[in-house]
Amino acid sequence: MFRFIVRRLLQVIPTLFGLSILLFIWLHRLPGGPETAILGERGTPEMRAAIRRNLGLDEPILVQYGRFMKRLIQFDLGTSTSTKREVTTEFLQRFPGTVELTVMAMLIAIGLGIPLGYLAARRRGTIVDHASVAGSLIGICIPVFFLAYVLKAVFAENLGWLPSAGRQDPTIGATRITNFFVLDGLMTREWDAAADALIHLILPGLALASIPLAVIVRITRASVLEVLGEDFVRTAEAKGLTESVVRRRHVLRNAMLPVATSIGLLTGQLLSGAVLTETVFAFSGIGAFLADAISQRDYPVLQGFILIIALVYVLVNLVVDVSYTLIDPRVRVR
Amino acid sequence: MSGVATPGRKKAEKIDRLAELSAAHDDERGVSLWQEAFRRLRRNPAAITGAAILMLFVLVAVFGPFLVPYATTDTIGVREGLVKSGQGIIPGSSADHWLGFDHQGRDEFSRLVVGARQTLLVGVVSTLVGLAVGALIGGIAGAAAGIGGRWGRWIDTTLMRIVDMLLALPSLLLAVSIAALLGASLVTVMIAVGMISVPVFARLLRGSMIAQAGSDYVLAATALGVRKSKIALTHIVPNSLAPVIVQATLTLATAIIEAAALSFLGLGNPDSAVPEWGVMLADAQPYLGTRPALAIYPAVAIIITALGFTLLGEAMREALDPKLRK
Repeated sequence: MFRFIVRRLLQVIPTLFGLSILLFIWLHRLPGGPETAILGERGTPEMRAAIRRNLGLDEPILVQYGRFMKRLIQFDLGTSTSTKREVTTEFLQRFPGTVELTVMAMLIAIGLGIPLGYLAARRRGTIVDHASVAGSLIGICIPVFFLAYVLKAVFAENLGWLPSAGRQDPTIGATRITNFFVLDGLMTREWDAAADALIHLILPGLALASIPLAVIVRITRASVLEVLGEDFVRTAEAKGLTESVVRRRHVLRNAMLPVATSIGLLTGQLLSGAVLTETVFAFSGIGAFLADAISQRDYPVLQGFILIIALVYVLVNLVVDVSYTLIDPRVRVR
Repeated sequence: MSGVATPGRKKAEKIDRLAELSAAHDDERGVSLWQEAFRRLRRNPAAITGAAILMLFVLVAVFGPFLVPYATTDTIGVREGLVKSGQGIIPGSSADHWLGFDHQGRDEFSRLVVGARQTLLVGVVSTLVGLAVGALIGGIAGAAAGIGGRWGRWIDTTLMRIVDMLLALPSLLLAVSIAALLGASLVTVMIAVGMISVPVFARLLRGSMIAQAGSDYVLAATALGVRKSKIALTHIVPNSLAPVIVQATLTLATAIIEAAALSFLGLGNPDSAVPEWGVMLADAQPYLGTRPALAIYPAVAIIITALGFTLLGEAMREALDPKLRK
């Protein structure tokens, strides 16, 4: 197991290396560099050249890449050209928001998705089955930003039950330690701050959960249906085991493997930032910031963020692979 | 299994037995994969619903623009003094204007109908872009893996590594950066949305080709001395296309939604003379408080169309799944 993890981590290095090269070429092909974003259309050629020289963009691309790699080895991702702050600082400030949002969305998706999918499979052909299949289809087909706007209009603006924007009410004056607002609130025992941060997560979490929820319902249903037809389930029932034991130990456990795979993939996708949801709810995560960075041609932010996101994505998938062995002891990772 | 014996379940089991019986009968006559898939598709109410939705969508897209009562650029509402967006006055349905006006005083119903054509165009072209590029990469990788040798394996591994990197990138960011690269236009939207699905198609075709490469007919062709490149092109590729076609149907649904998302981020087609549902939805954002219907009409149109493609695609996937074939 240990060797497996180490080898997988080592395999990440060439992938990230390749990605950094692709990113570099890609980004530097974008028309209108940061100087256009900073100066707008007004800047004189001299001003543009000065900015490019300041940012080191006038040098050959190989030299630029070499300097980028040299800094990367020292865990220095450079300074954002649009906010003038260090890329690592920006990341550490925004990524916790994305993580909290992802956790909230996945908790909703898993908490509702697995029971619903299981129920649909057990009651195949009934109204419960049809309703959850239809619901999951619609969940996939609704544009996320539209759902986000509807949720915001109904629950925040009309009913006023939940806050419509942001991560926390700034008037609370919560103490910041890790930038995970819920965690900070719990650690400093500022219960109101933690509760407020949690409440701010509900609506964006629901909007973001729509697609993962739909996917999990469908995969759980299909997987449980397959397992229910297996001989060992009949054997377990013939042995006279109670229904709940058969359900938990035999059916669900065996059906969870494909579900775990998709949960990993979905989590990885959500961690790379929810541009649309974050935009609608003015939620400070990495998604909307990255989209802005593209229009600002903020090369350091784009390179740094995307490399870290890719790393996180690979790590999440590693965790999923390791979790297989816990779900199914027959799976041996080597 | 000790499931509750509900009426619905019994009915389902009866249908399943019937399906098995008729499938067994089919086997005696020898029915091809596609013929049987089509037979299963016709029996599936979800497939029929999906196909009906799509038929309606295509009919509206093709003939709608000739039949609409008003031109999509005609700001008739403003001219007649009915629409004052600045003061939040945008009238709803009336006998002359079935769905009211949009924020610029144009007839909403006409725009919705004409928008079907543009939406279909964006969906189809971007899916084709993704399919063409993805299938090219996946096909080369699959063929290289099948031909083998040091070079074959090297080409396959390199291509798949690049595809995996594309998969690890957040898809919307990929689209946003392509839009930034090419500047906002209709063609950009199509390319950007298409590129999102490239890695999916590439992986799918390669996987499917490798699965086919191990089958008996390939062995037979090899034994007969058919050249490897010819086996790949004339035997393996046609047999590997089924999952790719299914995926293309499903991608049509997501392509329409992704195009709407790009419009929402302000990277859609800037030419508002040609209505498109995603752009209409994005344009309606400022009026959500006063006239939510302006957002709801295009949103519902997008959802129903995406539903049609998804229903048909899922039904095709089921129909072609060898596990479900008897």
